[in-house]
Amino acid sequence: MKKHLKLLCASTLIFGSLLTTTVKAETADIPSTINWTIPFGVGGGTDVWARFIAPYLTKYIPTHPTVVIKNQPGGGSITGTNLFYQRARSDGSDILGTSASTLFPFMLGDKRVRYNFDKWMPLMASPTGGVVYVQPNLGVKSAADIDKLNGVTLPFGSQGPTRLELPVLMAFEMLGLDVKPVFGMKSRGAGRLAFERGEAKIDFQTTSAYLNSVEDLVKNHKAIPLFSLGVMDEDGKIVRDPAFPNLPTFQEVYFQKYGKKPSGNEYTAYSKFLAAGFAFQKVIFIPSNTPNDIIQAYQKGIKEMLKDPDFIKDSIVQIGPYKNIVGINAAKHLQEATKISPELYAWVAKWLKQKFDYSL
Amino acid sequence: MTVLLSALDQILSFTHFIYLLGGVLVGLVVGIIPGLGGIAGMSLLLPFIYGMEPSVGLGMLMGLVAVIPTGDTFTSVLMGIPGSSSSQATVMDGFPLAKKGQAARALSAAFMCSMIGGVVGAIVLSVFILVARPIVLSFSSAELFMLTLLGLSVVAALSGGNIFKGLAACGFGLLVGSVGSAPATGEFRFTLGIDYLYDGIPLVVVGLGIFALPEIISLLVQNKAIASTPNKLGHGLKQGIKDVFQNLPLVGKSSIFGSLVGAIPGLGGSVVDWMTYSFAMNSSKDSSQFGKGDIRGVIAPESANNACASGSMIPTLLFGIPGSGSAAVFLGGMLLLGLQPGVSMITTHLDLTYTIIWSLALANILGAVFCICFTRPISLLTYVKFSILAPIILTLILFAAYQATRSLGDFIVLGVIATIGVLMKDAGWPRPAFLIGFVLSSGAENYFFQSIQFYGYSWFERPGVIIIALLILLGFVLPPILKSRRKAQKDEDQATEKALPVTSVTDLILILFITSAGAYALFKIWDMSTLTKAFPLIAIAIVLFSCIALLIQRYKVKHQKVATNIRLEACYIIGFFFIACGYYYLGFISTTFIFSLLFLSYLAKASWLKSLIISFCLVVFLLVMRHIMHIDYPEGFLDPYILTPIDKIF
Repeated sequence: MKKHLKLLCASTLIFGSLLTTTVKAETADIPSTINWTIPFGVGGGTDVWARFIAPYLTKYIPTHPTVVIKNQPGGGSITGTNLFYQRARSDGSDILGTSASTLFPFMLGDKRVRYNFDKWMPLMASPTGGVVYVQPNLGVKSAADIDKLNGVTLPFGSQGPTRLELPVLMAFEMLGLDVKPVFGMKSRGAGRLAFERGEAKIDFQTTSAYLNSVEDLVKNHKAIPLFSLGVMDEDGKIVRDPAFPNLPTFQEVYFQKYGKKPSGNEYTAYSKFLAAGFAFQKVIFIPSNTPNDIIQAYQKGIKEMLKDPDFIKDSIVQIGPYKNIVGINAAKHLQEATKISPELYAWVAKWLKQKFDYSL
Repeated sequence: MTVLLSALDQILSFTHFIYLLGGVLVGLVVGIIPGLGGIAGMSLLLPFIYGMEPSVGLGMLMGLVAVIPTGDTFTSVLMGIPGSSSSQATVMDGFPLAKKGQAARALSAAFMCSMIGGVVGAIVLSVFILVARPIVLSFSSAELFMLTLLGLSVVAALSGGNIFKGLAACGFGLLVGSVGSAPATGEFRFTLGIDYLYDGIPLVVVGLGIFALPEIISLLVQNKAIASTPNKLGHGLKQGIKDVFQNLPLVGKSSIFGSLVGAIPGLGGSVVDWMTYSFAMNSSKDSSQFGKGDIRGVIAPESANNACASGSMIPTLLFGIPGSGSAAVFLGGMLLLGLQPGVSMITTHLDLTYTIIWSLALANILGAVFCICFTRPISLLTYVKFSILAPIILTLILFAAYQATRSLGDFIVLGVIATIGVLMKDAGWPRPAFLIGFVLSSGAENYFFQSIQFYGYSWFERPGVIIIALLILLGFVLPPILKSRRKAQKDEDQATEKALPVTSVTDLILILFITSAGAYALFKIWDMSTLTKAFPLIAIAIVLFSCIALLIQRYKVKHQKVATNIRLEACYIIGFFFIACGYYYLGFISTTFIFSLLFLSYLAKASWLKSLIISFCLVVFLLVMRHIMHIDYPEGFLDPYILTPIDKIF
């Protein structure tokens, strides 16, 4: 009898404590401070993006946590991301903000990369687009005249063969343009300056930089836009960029020139790096073993944030007229983009070696 | 003109002024703390920026950017620690002046110059920005390359007596600067498979290692106060301001030069101080006191670096290309305020641009006034026995170095560079030559390849290139002519001073060390692709050539052998490595406390109470920095026990 009583007491206790924990879990135990690791320096593109979003996160996550931006620059974001991979707590107090330069080294098998995206879940992705433009003195008025560029050497200021320009360099090659990249530009902005000086004959900028600095050049007949890189729709298809509805996409220009759709290894590689570099230009990650209710609280908060009219207004200024990607589709497309088969990897490695004498 | 005045009216409004003042105060504090500069200050202010009225927010940011080259002078002069990269040249003469007991003079002169330089910079900016666009665009990669050469040619003036020592040091700096990814190909060089080296070695760490640590070690070896000769402080302050007015032409030239160099994107403010320093040296009638405490050696770089901060706003505002590190963060702040740089800054947003310029001028004046008020009490520090200051300074240096990448690598590389610094100081090699080589390394390589790829070999026919080439030649030819003329006049005075060149064991160690480093680099780079190895090969060639010349000199020319303290210094260096490991593995905060306490009470022989108070204050400083700036220290074994309860309370 005594034994039974003990057992009963114990089981009530256990059950009771279980009950209380489940009750607790329903109100999502989000820590009062969220550390948002940004593996880049203060004032850079990803940092500014995060600082723009942070106050809205505080506003829309139910418990209104303080969001602290932790800059951990180094190795073009590899250092900070590695640290996050090792140390991030999975109680919802740690999130990560990445950019193309976090995804590319992972895809290219950089020796320094010790992270992998299996352990993380994307909460939100901010896409961007990009436009390719040329000097007006080449006799080209639009992409329709692209054949006039045959045989013309086009210097192009680039940061490096494995940087954001990687898919753009592939696009140039597929279009048969004789582009001569000059590496070592400190930023895309430095590449634009080389274009403005007339040193570079072809250039490419992401949407916000294009809208702010190149559109003036176009108006003053100092630059001719050729094509945009397009944006990815919800099914993963490339469509015209809403910021540049009058510009053809790369795919359209390719079709116009060759009368067929692009395909093959190079196009597969192009599509993957394009998705990683542009559709998933900036991503918020959370460790996937964070308790479900906390992740859901984040997701709910972000969804509400995206509906905030102030956020939408500022977002157009900061990011461009693009829809931030959330939900399961985001995770699926991101996984597809970052998965590189061994054959494709071998192809990319060979291409980099042949074209730029760059060894992976 | 109306825009100009209405902008002035705006910045004098109460809100604007208060925020500007806030920016100035933050800027001064982060400027004074070594290792923290514009970037750290900006990260303090940026969280408040979003959603602010643009003109007010810009005023606050500008207040911060403008005064950093003012505040960073304190540690450069008082402790020989470059407060940020823009005041490295100030150390050259500022610190010797402090050693002579003239810290107040050096500081007040520096602040006065900073103020004039900043205001001149703002004036240049307000006129130049309207016409700058085509001029900035005319500086292509070819002209930029020539400018880096102009910077490198400064080495000749800084070499002291022996040009080969200068060349070897500079070549070695170029080589160290080429660690990391090759700009022309993106391939990695000399990384030894260590992650830390992939990014290249941070400038902060090199600056601290080559200047600050060797000074500390040599002061510890001598064990006396920084200021060895007593001086009536009262004279210092006024004397410094008097010095500035006596050298007004130099101040003016340096300021204008500084603001123009700042306006050229891609060169960076970290060489402008050296360029003006060597300019001051070359153009002065008697340059024998430079490096030993000549006030002009403080005036020139300090006028230039504030002006440079103003000038660097031109490419930032017009092109969105930041001219310096803090300008880069300023750019981030602009974007957060919803402002995009570009032509619109001189058309639709001209009012904001003038607000920025006025804020810049006002901030420079406010900053200098604040600093001059604090000069007297702070410069009394130089009379404290040095061993009392040593743990404080060492903690500050480690703190500063750790801000570079926040890894153990910062400490280790700091120790290695410091070893080279100690050897160089001991053997009389020009340490600035090493630093200049290091700073200009990546620029020189990058712009050289870019100009060849853009223009082929016709780039040296460009008019800009020829003009700069002539300037460089002039810099080489003119000073010797001037000097020989003067020498002829006062030959009698100097005849007695001529002594045999000195040499020591350290000299030989250094030559052998650098030669073997060069040879090893040669072996490592040999199989790389042409564009990757071309530049390091040039650096290696310079190193090997000058080392061989030095060896020949050593055996051919008669030298006077001198004894050195190298053994004792080596002990301190080894000690440094142990302490640095302690800071990393035991925990930064707890080691600060333990090390300071032990050092003060046993080595400095201070009373236990005094030691306790100093150590405690240091810990509080570190904790406050951690709380405000969200800085993580290496936690090690012990720190979690201290930090967890503290975090619970706050």
